[in-house]
Amino acid sequence: MSRKKISPLSGGSDTRGEVDIFRVIAGAVRKGGSLVLAWVLAAPAPAQSTDGGIMRPVADMFQPLSRPAEMIHESAVLVLMITAAIFVVVTAMLVFVVWKFRRKGPEDDMEEPPQIYGSTHIELAWTVIPILITFVLILVTSRTIGEIQNAKMPEDALKIRLVGHQWWWEVHYPDLGIITANEIHVPVSTRTGKPRPTEIILESADVIHSFWVPQLAGKTDMVPNKRNRTWIEPFATGTFFGNCAEYCGTQHANMLLRVIVEEPADFDKWVANMKRAPGVPTEGMAAQGHRDFYGNSCVSCHRVDGTVAEGVFGPDLTKLMTRQTIGAGVAPLTPENLRTWVRDPQSLKTGCLMPDMKLLDSEVDSITAYLLTLK
Amino acid sequence: MNPDTFDPNFKIPAPERIGDERGSLTRLVQEMVFTVDHKRLGLMYIGSGLLFFVIAGIMAAMIRIQLAVPRNDFLEPDVFNRLFTMHGTAMVFLVGMPIIFGFANYLVPLMIGARDMAFPRLNAFGFWVFFFSGLLLYFSYLGAPGLYAAGSAPDVGWFAYSPLTAKAFSRGHSTDYWTLSLLMGGIGSLVTSINIIVTTLCLRCKGMILGRMPLFVWLFLVVAFLVIIAIPPLSACQIMLILDRYFGAKFFDTQAGGSAVLWQHFFWIFGHPEVYILILPGFAIASEVIPVFSRKPIFGYPVMVAASVMIAFISLGVWAHHMFSVGMTSIGNTFFAISTLLVAIPTGIKIFNWIGTMYGGKLRFELPMLFCIGFLFQFLIAGLTGVMLAIAPFDWQLTDSYFVVAHFHYVLIGGLLFTIFAGIYYWYPKALGKMPDFRLGLCHFILFTVGFHITFFPQHIAGFLGMPRRIYTYDTGRGWDAWNLISTIGVIFQAAGILFFVVNLIYSYIWGKKAGDDPWDAWSLEWSTTSPPPAYNFETIPEVRSRRPLWDLKHPDDPDWKYE
Repeated sequence: MSRKKISPLSGGSDTRGEVDIFRVIAGAVRKGGSLVLAWVLAAPAPAQSTDGGIMRPVADMFQPLSRPAEMIHESAVLVLMITAAIFVVVTAMLVFVVWKFRRKGPEDDMEEPPQIYGSTHIELAWTVIPILITFVLILVTSRTIGEIQNAKMPEDALKIRLVGHQWWWEVHYPDLGIITANEIHVPVSTRTGKPRPTEIILESADVIHSFWVPQLAGKTDMVPNKRNRTWIEPFATGTFFGNCAEYCGTQHANMLLRVIVEEPADFDKWVANMKRAPGVPTEGMAAQGHRDFYGNSCVSCHRVDGTVAEGVFGPDLTKLMTRQTIGAGVAPLTPENLRTWVRDPQSLKTGCLMPDMKLLDSEVDSITAYLLTLK
Repeated sequence: MNPDTFDPNFKIPAPERIGDERGSLTRLVQEMVFTVDHKRLGLMYIGSGLLFFVIAGIMAAMIRIQLAVPRNDFLEPDVFNRLFTMHGTAMVFLVGMPIIFGFANYLVPLMIGARDMAFPRLNAFGFWVFFFSGLLLYFSYLGAPGLYAAGSAPDVGWFAYSPLTAKAFSRGHSTDYWTLSLLMGGIGSLVTSINIIVTTLCLRCKGMILGRMPLFVWLFLVVAFLVIIAIPPLSACQIMLILDRYFGAKFFDTQAGGSAVLWQHFFWIFGHPEVYILILPGFAIASEVIPVFSRKPIFGYPVMVAASVMIAFISLGVWAHHMFSVGMTSIGNTFFAISTLLVAIPTGIKIFNWIGTMYGGKLRFELPMLFCIGFLFQFLIAGLTGVMLAIAPFDWQLTDSYFVVAHFHYVLIGGLLFTIFAGIYYWYPKALGKMPDFRLGLCHFILFTVGFHITFFPQHIAGFLGMPRRIYTYDTGRGWDAWNLISTIGVIFQAAGILFFVVNLIYSYIWGKKAGDDPWDAWSLEWSTTSPPPAYNFETIPEVRSRRPLWDLKHPDDPDWKYE
């Protein structure tokens, strides 16, 4: 499979430009009304791509496309409206008082204003109103927490075990026997038919990480020596973008996650392909690369299903070329980038735990050629 | 000397001069090192706090430059991670804490009519422990590589979540510098708080019953109690961390069955009261400034006291709202969401009472008042974003995103720092005897306010768009570029504002107008003595009959004590 050089985020489409600051502001002003929401909605539209479906790089939590994210969104909008109303009222009071009671001239200094020490009635009024608002918020919050955290998963829900590493994601499908990294494939659910949620078990191999794909679900931390659980139920296909959301060391910024939501048929196709062990190349550069791969220490850290490469310290490479990016999202997975990575990962992702192996030029070429066959 | 029989005409002779002549540098250093005077220590606290403020501010500017554009290579990832760790740690422990202690030191004895703090030497000890803990933290840039030749300054974030701080993930000595510095600074904070409590409870002048203390003193009493409750858990977990790192303990070692979440509980049992330790002094300053420049007494004094005490109590039961995403049970999450929402009630009461104080007044827009009005507006925003964060499900989206960064900068800059500026301009004439220059101060106010909002408001939006905090770089196309660029541009305005502030401090000290004892026509006791006050504070220990002793003096026909 050959890929043209693409920007890491557009995944095949170069048509979408950068965010134009003036367009964003103009959009916000035009929409007026709910200021915050308008700004958020002014984000660029998703772009079309060939492999990952629709790319959704703008992880806008106000455009949720999955059940738990929608439930959060519902309470978020309510809270935003209540706080916006409080903001408007209190700011109006403040502006009014500051304007109305400003010192108007030197004559104001002649006499002090009436000295008021307080008023029980007024104090009571502005104690009771906040109590009532707080009470409403408490009810909404308690209900939503329970609905999301204690949701029952159907027996046949897809299960994923996600393990955080410094600075990449290990992805297991325990029921399907699939191991991959940094990209999760799940089937899309429907609002009308049988729901197809995905349950995700979260673990960590080293420090605390956090799973966060804003359009699909809120954060859940991945804590070592503790097993957390979250779930998603996406209603739209496409590639959703997420980040590790708990600071986890040097390359926290480049611990990016993609969730690829597909039609059930496409998902089954992906599963079938993932279960097929890659062949061993017999001729040319790739065959030489195969020998070089197993002759160097690559196998101590990486795993290729069905071979002696059983390392678990680094990402599983069995189906490397089915992924969109390299280095947990640091660059798009192109032959050039792959070659750069094999030569010296530190040049792409400073401080990552894969060392510069000091390979010969010929070994870099051959190993890259071999890796390109893993699809 | 018995204060009751003190002769008002008696002048204390100048203390014997030792060493060099007054005014020389050695003499100044000597005075600073040996002093146990609460006023001088207060100024030293504030001065060193401002020094660390400038250093940590420059670090913040570097962070913003790195984030101005996507995939910027201004800073290496490790350098960036050290910067935000040091920026956060310094701003909380070396800027916020010392400056509020400086205000307490300088003003509490003056406001309650005492000659000094209860334990002057302990006071000096507290200052020097703080100061050297700050130097120790910054020395990590040079000393931390140690024999391992790994690491430099700490890079684990200001709340240093385990197990990132374990030997396996934090080699070298950087984390140890962080740990020891905070452990040491904690001792300084504890002794200073004990001092504030004892001073307030034991050294009040005649007639100054608790119910007549200025709100400023009340709030610092509450803060001091909070410090005494909050610091020990922090010190405990620092010691546990040292045991883990050097003596094979396994408290936080997850590989050996320890708990990573345990650290978070310890840290936030300290960390959340700490937030109130930092913001209540802001309330304290606002509660002094707003009445004086509105020309009215504070509205609802007893309610203000009750609300402050209530905030302090509730703040002890909300710590795990920093941990909604850590995987607590739904019961745990609900409990902490409710307790957190309850904070909104007393806080709302306070905001209403300040507005009620201004209502019907004759507002004078001097510098302290301008900063306090800015504080009210910004703290309102900070409070409302705080309510959003208290809604646990919404928090699952917002926590650890740039929204949180925006929220706590609205609290700590928009809330605390604005009142600190107000306080500095308000008591500058008292401490130094000169009036701060209004025009320079106005430039400071406008530039800083504008810059502050340009920098931090867009960060709310970046957070809504899924930008996590503490990332040293990001890709273009995720909707964050514009917000980050705007945010960085705001820094220029803020820096210009701070420049005006520093120039004003120096300019006014040299060329400012003489202030006189009571330039603002205020009502609390510190304005009854000279500016700057003598070493013994008051020639005669005053006696008070109401909450506004100077009002009673100035309006003998209509004194406050008739109404209280």
